[in-house]
Amino acid sequence: MIIAEPKPIKEILEMTKDFHKILVVGCKGCVTVCNVGGSKEVGILASTLRIAAKRDGRDLEVGEHTLERQCDPEYVDELEDIVTPYDAVISIACGVGPQFLSERYPAKRIFPGVNTKFMGGAVEHGVWAERCAGCGTCVVHYFGGLCPIARCSKSLLNGPCGGSAGGKCEIAKDVDCVWDMIVRKLMQEGRLDDLLQFRPAKDWTTARDGGPRRMIREELVK
Amino acid sequence: MEKNYDPKIVAFCCSNCASSAAEVAHRMEKILPENVKLVQVPCTGRVEILHLLKPFENGIDGVYVAGCQEDSCQYISGIAKARKRVEHAKKILSELDIEPERIDVFSFSAARGQDFVDMARDMVERLKTLGPLPKKINP
Amino acid sequence: MSEYKAESNLEKVLKAGHFAFTGECGPPQGANVEALKEKAKHLKGCVDAVNVTDNQTAVVRMSSWAASLVLLQEGLEPNFQMVCRDRNRLAMQSDILGIYAHGIRNMLCLSGDHQKFGNHPGSKNVFDIDSMQLINMVKLMRDEGKFLNGQDIDVSPRLFIGAASNPFGDPSEFRVYRLAKKIAAGADFVQTQCIYNMKRFREFMKQVVDMGLHEKCAILAGVTPMKSVGMARYMAKQVPGMDVPEELIKRLQGAGKGKVAEEGIRFAIEQIEEFKEMEGIAGVHLMAIEWEHRVPEIAERAGVLPRPEI
Repeated sequence: MIIAEPKPIKEILEMTKDFHKILVVGCKGCVTVCNVGGSKEVGILASTLRIAAKRDGRDLEVGEHTLERQCDPEYVDELEDIVTPYDAVISIACGVGPQFLSERYPAKRIFPGVNTKFMGGAVEHGVWAERCAGCGTCVVHYFGGLCPIARCSKSLLNGPCGGSAGGKCEIAKDVDCVWDMIVRKLMQEGRLDDLLQFRPAKDWTTARDGGPRRMIREELVK
Repeated sequence: MEKNYDPKIVAFCCSNCASSAAEVAHRMEKILPENVKLVQVPCTGRVEILHLLKPFENGIDGVYVAGCQEDSCQYISGIAKARKRVEHAKKILSELDIEPERIDVFSFSAARGQDFVDMARDMVERLKTLGPLPKKINP
Repeated sequence: MSEYKAESNLEKVLKAGHFAFTGECGPPQGANVEALKEKAKHLKGCVDAVNVTDNQTAVVRMSSWAASLVLLQEGLEPNFQMVCRDRNRLAMQSDILGIYAHGIRNMLCLSGDHQKFGNHPGSKNVFDIDSMQLINMVKLMRDEGKFLNGQDIDVSPRLFIGAASNPFGDPSEFRVYRLAKKIAAGADFVQTQCIYNMKRFREFMKQVVDMGLHEKCAILAGVTPMKSVGMARYMAKQVPGMDVPEELIKRLQGAGKGKVAEEGIRFAIEQIEEFKEMEGIAGVHLMAIEWEHRVPEIAERAGVLPRPEI
């Protein structure tokens, strides 16, 4: 799923300081699962904004709503009447949310309340880690089911580099060296040949490097 | 510090140890300070971050959570969860430049009526010193 | 058809069967050509080729190609270096043609330290291709006269291709295979990370020789003289893949105040003497960073002077 992180409250307050009627909109998708943008978090952010306003002796009205998703027009449409009394909206969905909301409600100022970070999963309760960089050409099966594009700091396809030590990446002690994992796994499985196989330069056209991407299901397009 | 300032406090008390302690205090005829309102919850684990913040929107000056001790929580991990949430709520207040000491969490054993009252009085004193919710100086 | 791949001095020295001796010179953190020339001066006549680093530790310095040109003009042979961190394949191929056009004949292909270590940590991570792919690309350009996309090059660059090897990196079981992979990809010579644990290195070289890798590629053992006990401790603890035996630290400590650097040099010279005899080792790469002025002395005492002239 898409993992995001809350923006610092000071930043959100600064962004919205000129507005007195703000709607906070959450999303029941990925951001609910990683506890940053669901209805609970909408409530907390709204309360925080109100406390800040009280602290400042400022007038502020904060509305709260959570959509099923902010990345489908049908759900975004549901806000039509709800958003009317507000002049600004803080979306705490992933980066897609504020964009869909901006497009659908151009008269309202839309602000992102979270910083979207990566595609990943839960590695333990409360901890999510990056797993996929969306390169557009998945070859995790070459690497024992591990992705070096997303998980190697240098996206090496013929790793490890000389900086791998104790199973950790040179950039930080809490970052696992995925190449250490790949090598150990494949050697254990007797797949040294796969490791010795030269992986040629990647074609990055299917990744974001090739430009903004689309995915079309022809059989669904009217 | 404002004179004649009576801080308003909300205390979330679990229905086990904390409420027992409150009951014991009541029987001992120890008086709880008037400005502390007790709200009973089944377990402090039920207290959400939002419950800790909402009172500040409505004129409350301080909030605390009173529950069992870690090794005697009737729901096992309730008080542990409450501590984490109080920590998080304190962080939110700090980021708003509001004193994080306005929120706290305490553990009691069921018979400690005196402790229960003392803690309430301490919170009142603490909040008297902190004063009402700070108003930002307009630039 | 030339018997040489690139006709660089280093290649000729190795092909003639001499024990090679290379040095290192870091470009300045500015356009200070005089300082660079000063450093290079010490190395002249003492080494067969000089490594010219490429934004080492992700700190911006004069580019390797530019500093290499300065060294060339000073009469030294540079080992031009290119890391994968800062350039994509277009810039890389473009630079390879450029350096060749200017007379540079050795090229080291490295991954490069992550930009977070350097002075512009917020920069974009390039790593379009990795060091293995870069080695292979240079080989493709040289031996088949083709760009990475298969297009013909009108005058192809003839470069002697180098790579780095970290024998004590993790996972240790794989290191000799990674070296084999680099050689298969096209590495003509390899310089190892600086060695201190000779016993462990001997074991590594035994595997290398068993696999016949030394016959396909010239392996140069890395040597960095320890200047102080502090340096030894730092390298032991802070540098990934570095194995500094406790005995060495004790030996340096035992040298006494003011005599540690001399002891460090003595150890380095002992190593060089052993490397001369070690099977599979074709030479030594001396990394006396910011200590270039001591290189002539070390070279003299290690008995590697004069350098052969082919």
